[in-house]
Amino acid sequence: MSTAVKLAEPGAIIFDLASAELRDLNGTLQGLDLTTNQTSWAVLNPRGEHAIAVGITTPVNVTIDGHVGYYCGGMNDGANIIIKGNAGPGVGENMMSGSIHVLGDASQAAGATAHGGLLIIDGNATARCGISMKGIDIVVKGNVGHMSAFMAQSGNLVVLGDAGEALGDSLYEARLFVRGKVASLGADCEEKPFTDEDKTILADLLKKAGSDAAVADFKRYGSARTLYHFHVDNAGAY
Amino acid sequence: MNETSAPHIPQTPPRFSATFDPYTVAEIQRAAATGIYDIRGGGSKRKLPHFDDLLFLGASVSRYPLEGYRERCGTDVILGTRFAKKPIHLKIPVTIAGMSFGSLSANAKEALGRGATAAGTSTTTGDGGMTPEERGHSETLIYQYLPSRYGMNLADLRKADAIEVVIGQGAKPGGGGMLLGQKISPRVAQMRNLPEGIDQRSACRHPDWTGPDDLEIKILELRELTNWEKPIYIKVGASRPYYDVTLAIKAGADVVVLDGMQGGTAATQEVFIEHVGIPILAAIRPAVQALQDLGLHRKVQLIVSGGIRTGADVAKALALGADAVAIGTAALIALGDNAPELESEYKKLGTTAGAYDDWHEGRDPAGITTQDDKLAARLDPVKAGHRLANYLSVLTLEAQAIARACGKSHLHNLEPEDLVALNIEAAAMAQVPLAGTSWIPGKTTGF
Repeated sequence: MSTAVKLAEPGAIIFDLASAELRDLNGTLQGLDLTTNQTSWAVLNPRGEHAIAVGITTPVNVTIDGHVGYYCGGMNDGANIIIKGNAGPGVGENMMSGSIHVLGDASQAAGATAHGGLLIIDGNATARCGISMKGIDIVVKGNVGHMSAFMAQSGNLVVLGDAGEALGDSLYEARLFVRGKVASLGADCEEKPFTDEDKTILADLLKKAGSDAAVADFKRYGSARTLYHFHVDNAGAY
Repeated sequence: MNETSAPHIPQTPPRFSATFDPYTVAEIQRAAATGIYDIRGGGSKRKLPHFDDLLFLGASVSRYPLEGYRERCGTDVILGTRFAKKPIHLKIPVTIAGMSFGSLSANAKEALGRGATAAGTSTTTGDGGMTPEERGHSETLIYQYLPSRYGMNLADLRKADAIEVVIGQGAKPGGGGMLLGQKISPRVAQMRNLPEGIDQRSACRHPDWTGPDDLEIKILELRELTNWEKPIYIKVGASRPYYDVTLAIKAGADVVVLDGMQGGTAATQEVFIEHVGIPILAAIRPAVQALQDLGLHRKVQLIVSGGIRTGADVAKALALGADAVAIGTAALIALGDNAPELESEYKKLGTTAGAYDDWHEGRDPAGITTQDDKLAARLDPVKAGHRLANYLSVLTLEAQAIARACGKSHLHNLEPEDLVALNIEAAAMAQVPLAGTSWIPGKTTGF
């Protein structure tokens, strides 16, 4: 407890989930209005609990001191959440805006279907990272697992490490940037020319994620758009 | 040489094969010409065991009826009493099933909201999100949470009166969807965050959970997102109803929605619609059994759908143990779909009023299953909503008439004991006696 308190920002209100109820935590954070002066919050002893800090609609800072379970920061709309540990499946799912920074690794479906905001994962993310993403920016400093960016619609996925099999399968308009090896590309995903616009976007995201990786070391992938209209001649591609 | 008249030999008329019937032959020819399967809207069109195969016994010496038009027969239903802080109270047990803006026009969605609200019941969003027209005209709106999460956002989630987690639908259990490019208008594209005019696929699996254990956690998240206020429905297509309902309950559902294979879809392969899933008649009793085995019948509510057309269907579904029904295809017909006055336009599309099912093409002359502005403008949402309200009223009055005849003071007092079946198949599926006997196939022996 004392160690955790020290980790919290000065002035932060502390929720210790060893004793506080999840509903009290989420209810309090969801009940904040835009004029609140209490912008710093700390969560202690998350102990892998699910649905921590979901549905916050104010730009407050929430630091979670430990590992979290499923859907941490789900549908976040403005908060800046730091997870000092690993995150379970669906971290930042359907995020609308704000940011989530996972200092450890993330399980599958990180940033799934998210519309906006920034998700930074310092470690690795496993399967289906950015699945059906709809505008979010995701930066993974390690590797991503198979089927990442499956049916990704828009936004940017940056992978500093390697990508697993079937990257970007059935991709729509999301941009994928990978520095390491790609095990294989999914249906209708192809390497794209690296435009100046791409380079600007990537440089900005790397800067926001605190990475000094060189833009020139990345390859850019996107949709070949051959499956945008169903045609029987493409049936073998699925 | 004597002229003799040739003996008259009777000719047999051309005989069509029962196996290779004219429709089947035409389908083979169509497939051979195109190399692609047939896609259409709607639900199963083949003859299936259905509510028509059941009859109510009515009251006589051993049962005491209620006076028609005089004695009260309640129709209301409360949904979401298990965990939600704010259960839904509807005046009638007939709800409007989920149908998307995208597959339907904005006017059609508005009309559904208007009609449902006038009748005191709920309507439901679909794949594609919630429109202001729909929310504004729907007193009680159920927000579907689908695998694609098109249009899903926190603000709309909190505006909903309940959340329906869609796992499947009766027309295509295990299948996703495809909205063809001609229906991806600028507005639909913007709501779904997709390029205009492309064929848009709806996933068949949720992106961030797999299986009932994960679903339980997903429901926890949805409740935490909405202050535990809103009832959580889980919708499944009828295939393994006993196990699916059991798992839905285990995952924490307040309400289970069970959709039979007659339930409609905006667009799916004909072969999928006709050959995957089971009729709603066969699904209700196993679902109710699952609820009863867990001691949660009437505590977790059951909504059934797929082929509900009349008040008799409503009454039969409730008698078999459902708490409410949902209608989709019938609601569209009430709005004006397949209206005979549009026959000349249906003919131009190669079909006829009553059979039009190419809802995916977006050329609906009734202005319902389209995103074409000119076609959509043909549907007056006020008048169409009024027609739907009328129809909902008739369904309710018919169900009440039957319930009173069975001596029931509320539609929920109808029970399997009020029913018999006209054939062995229906008796086995509905688990009610074959008419004139006490035989329930699979349950009892002898007559």
